[in-house]
Amino acid sequence: MEIDPLIFRLSIFILSIFVGYYVVWSVTPSLHTPLMSVTNAISSVIIVGAIIAGLSGNSESIFNTSSIFGFLAIALAAINIFGGFLVTQRMLAMYKKKKKDK
Amino acid sequence: MISANLSAIFYLVSGVLFILALRGLSSPETSRQGNFFGILGMIIAVLVTFLSIGNFSNGFIFVLIFILIGGSIGAFIAYRIPMTAMPELVAGFHSLVGLAAVFVAISAFLNPEAFNLGTPGNIKLGSLIEMSIGAAVGAITFSGSIIAFLKLQGIMSGSPITFKGQHLLNAIILISIVALIYLLCSSQSSNLFWILLAVSFLVGFLLIIPIGGADMPVVISMLNSYSGWAAAGIGFTLENTALIITGALVGSSGAILSYIMCKGMNRSFFNVILGGFGATDDTSSKSTKEQRPVKSGNADDAAFLMKNASSVIIVPGYGMAVAQAQHALREMVDTLKKNDIKVSYAIHPVAGRMPGHMNVLLAEANVPYDEVFELEEINNDFANADVAFVIGANDVTNPVAKTDPQSPIYGMPVLDVEKCKSVLFVKRSLSPGYAGIDNDLFYKENTLMLFADAKKMTEDITKNL
Repeated sequence: MEIDPLIFRLSIFILSIFVGYYVVWSVTPSLHTPLMSVTNAISSVIIVGAIIAGLSGNSESIFNTSSIFGFLAIALAAINIFGGFLVTQRMLAMYKKKKKDK
Repeated sequence: MISANLSAIFYLVSGVLFILALRGLSSPETSRQGNFFGILGMIIAVLVTFLSIGNFSNGFIFVLIFILIGGSIGAFIAYRIPMTAMPELVAGFHSLVGLAAVFVAISAFLNPEAFNLGTPGNIKLGSLIEMSIGAAVGAITFSGSIIAFLKLQGIMSGSPITFKGQHLLNAIILISIVALIYLLCSSQSSNLFWILLAVSFLVGFLLIIPIGGADMPVVISMLNSYSGWAAAGIGFTLENTALIITGALVGSSGAILSYIMCKGMNRSFFNVILGGFGATDDTSSKSTKEQRPVKSGNADDAAFLMKNASSVIIVPGYGMAVAQAQHALREMVDTLKKNDIKVSYAIHPVAGRMPGHMNVLLAEANVPYDEVFELEEINNDFANADVAFVIGANDVTNPVAKTDPQSPIYGMPVLDVEKCKSVLFVKRSLSPGYAGIDNDLFYKENTLMLFADAKKMTEDITKNL
């Protein structure tokens, strides 16, 4: 008997929750704000769904109700991806160690 | 066009890169590399999506245009946003993830063929369940984050908005969401889908309005978690591993942060969510307070105390962010260090309006991160320090949390500021903090109150040093 592919996805999901649990506990508290902005950026990988949705129109009519929602979602996710990663980078660049020269 | 198997492997790779991105944040040295892994993972995911569609006719150019529009808005915001506004920014970004999840779900519902989910009115049952859960959680994230954003931005009052029967109403709506999903799956009716979305938007709104300003760290973390679960829901619908892994990571990350924040306040998660903290016993605590003498001083006195100290611990709080005093503070500390005074910073887990808020502000002001300590690391040092300089913090220093079981904040971990030889308290007035209770520290023998704007006071002290 074959196993439903859903079970595999569920396994990935559950195991990822555990991975996330241990990885996030190891994040130093001083980096919790960058953690939030970077998780924000990576959760915008939802853009892959938005791209599929945006390209769902046929060649005669690129825009239909479904693809318009897709395009809007692309723009929203893109704001998050660029905004999230760049602001994280900006924050992380500020974390410096004590200078030893004094 | 690449095969479904190959693209699945690439999605897995990008999922792993996202794990590494979070892993990098375990220390500031590896964090920048981690962020790079995250970016790489995102690029791979997007490219693979294009390749797997293959035949994208002329819609492709529009995809690029929309990425470009969104990307430039995002980049513009990322470069312009002041660090003090980070909580608002993160809340705003969460709302976008939520809305994007809703839009993708709508699109999949209207045109399921594009996603291989069946035909309109006859969508595969499993996919429909996943889709509606993703859409509902996304909608809750969206409207909840909008309220959080408005409260943080000060457009909406930070005080809790409560009314009679609120919890009952929320419970009824939450049950009706479950019922709607059930009905939607059995009837495939598009009307029910729209009703489900509308009700979910409403519940996000209702869930956040009773939560007050200082509980925002919990709210933001919670919404962070929701945005992850929404992404995972959509990931199941699209059968996309990268999205499932990311959703699980973000979901658990937000949940852990909420837990840490609740623990920092010694409150249960439900207690925070049910809201209205401090609003109930407001009148009783105010009327019974008698006037007690406080010692107040000026910048000159503060400078004198600090000049004669050998170690100083700085306790920053939300007030420092409001007054934008972090740069002035760093300058004061530089002057102290020139006089061979040891300075460290003590950060309470819930200082500020989001997890790690104070750390980012201090980093912005060029404070080296190895001078900044967490509560457990530094709490024993207060007894040996000469001066504690409390700037913009209040409830997190209140010794009442250790002594008075009647107090609403009893049991909350607090910084043992009162053990210092002397305490300098920069504050605009004697008004109680967010919890609505008086701080005993104001009336202690060794406390000197400095009534002024945090930034101005810090600058004045520097001049007098």
